[in-house]
Amino acid sequence: MTNYVIEVEDVSKSFGGVVANHGISLKVPDGMITGLIGPNGSGKTTLFNSIVGYHPIDEGSIKFKGEEISKLRVPQIARRGLLRTFQQTRIYSNMNCIENMLISIPHRRMKFADMFGEREDRETMEEVERLLDFVGLYEKRRLRSGDLSFGQQKLLEFAMALMNKPEVLLLDEPTAGINPTLINGLIDRLRRANEEFGITLFVIEHNMRVIMNMAESIYCLAHGEMLAHGSPDEIQNDQSVIDAYLGAH
Amino acid sequence: MNKNFSFKLHFPILVFGLVAPFVFPGLQLQIATLWVMVLFALTWDIMGGQMGYNSLGNIFFFGVGMYTSVLFQVGQFAEIGAYTAAHGGDNFTFTNAQYYQGLVIGIIMSGVVAAITAAMLGWTVFGLRGPYFAIGTLGIAIAAGELMGTWEWVGAGSGISVPVFPGSAEARSLLFYFLCFGAAVLTFVTLQWIYKTRFGLAVNAIRDDEEKAEAMGIHTVRYKTVAWSISAFFVGISGALFGNITGIIEPLEVAFPTVTFGIFMVAMTLLGGKGTLWGPVLGAILFHTLKEVTWTYFLGWQWVALGVLIIINVVYFQQGIMGWLIERFPEKFGIVVEEKEATR
Amino acid sequence: MILVQAPVFNVQLLLDGLFIGATFALAAYGLALVWGVMNVKNLAQGDFVIMGGYIAWWLGKQGIHPLWGLPISIVVMFGFGWFIYVTIIRRVIDKDLFTSLLATFGLAIVIAQALNLMFGPEVQTAESDFAIRQILGVVTVAEIKLLAFVLCGLLALAVVIFMKKSRMGQAIRATAQDARAARVMGIDTDRVYAFTFSLNAAICGAAGALISMIWVIQPFYGIAHSIRSFVIVTAAGFGNLPGVIMAGLGLGVMEGYSGFVLGAEFQQATVVGLLLLVLIYRQYQQRKLRQVVS
Repeated sequence: MTNYVIEVEDVSKSFGGVVANHGISLKVPDGMITGLIGPNGSGKTTLFNSIVGYHPIDEGSIKFKGEEISKLRVPQIARRGLLRTFQQTRIYSNMNCIENMLISIPHRRMKFADMFGEREDRETMEEVERLLDFVGLYEKRRLRSGDLSFGQQKLLEFAMALMNKPEVLLLDEPTAGINPTLINGLIDRLRRANEEFGITLFVIEHNMRVIMNMAESIYCLAHGEMLAHGSPDEIQNDQSVIDAYLGAH
Repeated sequence: MNKNFSFKLHFPILVFGLVAPFVFPGLQLQIATLWVMVLFALTWDIMGGQMGYNSLGNIFFFGVGMYTSVLFQVGQFAEIGAYTAAHGGDNFTFTNAQYYQGLVIGIIMSGVVAAITAAMLGWTVFGLRGPYFAIGTLGIAIAAGELMGTWEWVGAGSGISVPVFPGSAEARSLLFYFLCFGAAVLTFVTLQWIYKTRFGLAVNAIRDDEEKAEAMGIHTVRYKTVAWSISAFFVGISGALFGNITGIIEPLEVAFPTVTFGIFMVAMTLLGGKGTLWGPVLGAILFHTLKEVTWTYFLGWQWVALGVLIIINVVYFQQGIMGWLIERFPEKFGIVVEEKEATR
Repeated sequence: MILVQAPVFNVQLLLDGLFIGATFALAAYGLALVWGVMNVKNLAQGDFVIMGGYIAWWLGKQGIHPLWGLPISIVVMFGFGWFIYVTIIRRVIDKDLFTSLLATFGLAIVIAQALNLMFGPEVQTAESDFAIRQILGVVTVAEIKLLAFVLCGLLALAVVIFMKKSRMGQAIRATAQDARAARVMGIDTDRVYAFTFSLNAAICGAAGALISMIWVIQPFYGIAHSIRSFVIVTAAGFGNLPGVIMAGLGLGVMEGYSGFVLGAEFQQATVVGLLLLVLIYRQYQQRKLRQVVS
């Protein structure tokens, strides 16, 4: 019996007169890497936003580990272990890398008094340094994060997400804008996050090579609706998917 | 960039503060006001510089603290309605014990009530961003001044007078001087400590990217409220002290001076450099000293000069003194700067 | 309560409220322009209004009928607005929003204090010597108020036509939609911004000249007018001219009623109270969409 961490059922969301998502259903299995693809404007980021509680949905249900989360707010969902990264990388630009990591500790069991504790205790610092090293930013750890290059910021955002010890991580186009020579390194780290840290990944991607190699199961959206679902092989040979991409405007 | 630069300024300022009232007895009031200004700047900066919520109405808590204190100072021993109707005065005398008890409780409660007020008001303004927050808080401060001016029980427009100090004028001046100094030192020490904790990081995260902070599970609402309450607590206490120094508390002129003290809070912090621990202190010292020295020379145009100063500061010198120093000498502040690579 | 006993009184309050509300709407329209085109929240708006008022009043003191203050303050304030744009606004446009707010707040202080020094802190009205009519026996209508109402409407109409038909107007609208695209098309956005800001100052000046004749001016009344404009624009949304008009008129009426029912001291508090209500309501709305007010 597969365990599904995210269950989206019949979700619809419109903005004004524009239907962004219509009747979308999908299930993200625990412990695996699942992909979400579709031409531009098909509603992928809207779906992510709906799942993490960025806006309320018009219809449908979203469950995380069996719990209905569609009426919860973003911080509440994040504290339950469901995190996301942003399409435009978001970090705390005025703080240095270490500080960005320190504030990314999990807040679910953070008692009020803990917040007034010393921030750089040994255990936390070891974790910070380990993760920064994992993404290759250890040497740059004292730099102001706003001064990092675009690719470095993306890595930092990823490290921060790992620091937060999520169970599920939604990644919105993790390889976008990354130098092609560095993409393999990133994919490798994503895989390791999944295999070694046990984090379920749900990834929006435009880079077909990347997603077909990484994901075990892929959903394809088009025009706000669910178009197809299957293994990478199945999706790559699915005529409707091919049409959607070729005919996409 | 949030490192606490341990200036060797701690010591000289402390010494100055302790010694000044005796060395410059004629300037006790002005220097006491200086410490109030330092407190103003520090507390504004928690919200504006550290958290990114630029409030134009923090002076609201000044008035809240002021009124709270006098109500407790009087109310423990007399009926307030009668007191205000008689405009204080000879019918109401307090024994020494009553005065001091009133003062202590008044000061404590001023901070507490101000903090609670902040916690309760948070929901009205914390959903607002940027300019809306600024204008909303400004509105609260203006409204408070106007409304207090209509409330007969606390003296309406004529205000309410504080209990008379049972002692000489010199003793009174000295007492309140040290209370003001103490309040400023307490504020500084508290903030210095807070900025080193995780709470300090959370506040900065809210400033840098509040949505990201929410997306990472940070209890932003909680921390915003706490920050404002801390800010309000100290401002409230300063209100209690200043009310007692002034003698008569009038709603618009003394308790809720939005266009004077209220704006000074912002101007001083910007001058010194917001988002730093010492910026507000330096800004307050410079601002207040400059103001006291040059005020009389302006022959009526000092307020215009103040407005021009604000404009110049905001337009041309945004980073303030500390900001400028940090840019010039980053290594001294523990900031690491990397040589930029030629191409990428 | 007199309002219930003498319903005609309601008509009086209503009319007076509408007349003054029209000037509020006019000033708010200027703010909406600057806000929508340049994203500058001008806290000196109300002080521009008071400046216009003092121009008209001062002319009256020189023996010139203050109604001439209308065209003169339009011209003078337009130039003043251009000056302010070049020295201050241009440099804060691309900085964060609190910067422009604080810069204009500093400007508000400068103007208010300068006016205080030049003209004294007394409350003033510009004498226009127009007749006062009686309608229905109880309701008094000052002709000047009626004239001002009509002029407000004409001025607003003039601005609307200008925005639709003239080349500058079209350039302004294009820049408001997408500044970068406008620049690519060859529009000098800096000039557009300068013009928009100056136009706003001129509109404020006009509103102020009218207010000086139908109501009162005082150097420190600026902040109240700024808040009024903010309330109106926030409530109506800056693209929404009919909404601005309705909100402006409504505000005038509400102030009139609260001043009468609660007392004059409460009038300022009413404006601010409305501001807070509008902001809270917006937060509530945005919360339902789960976005923040920004």
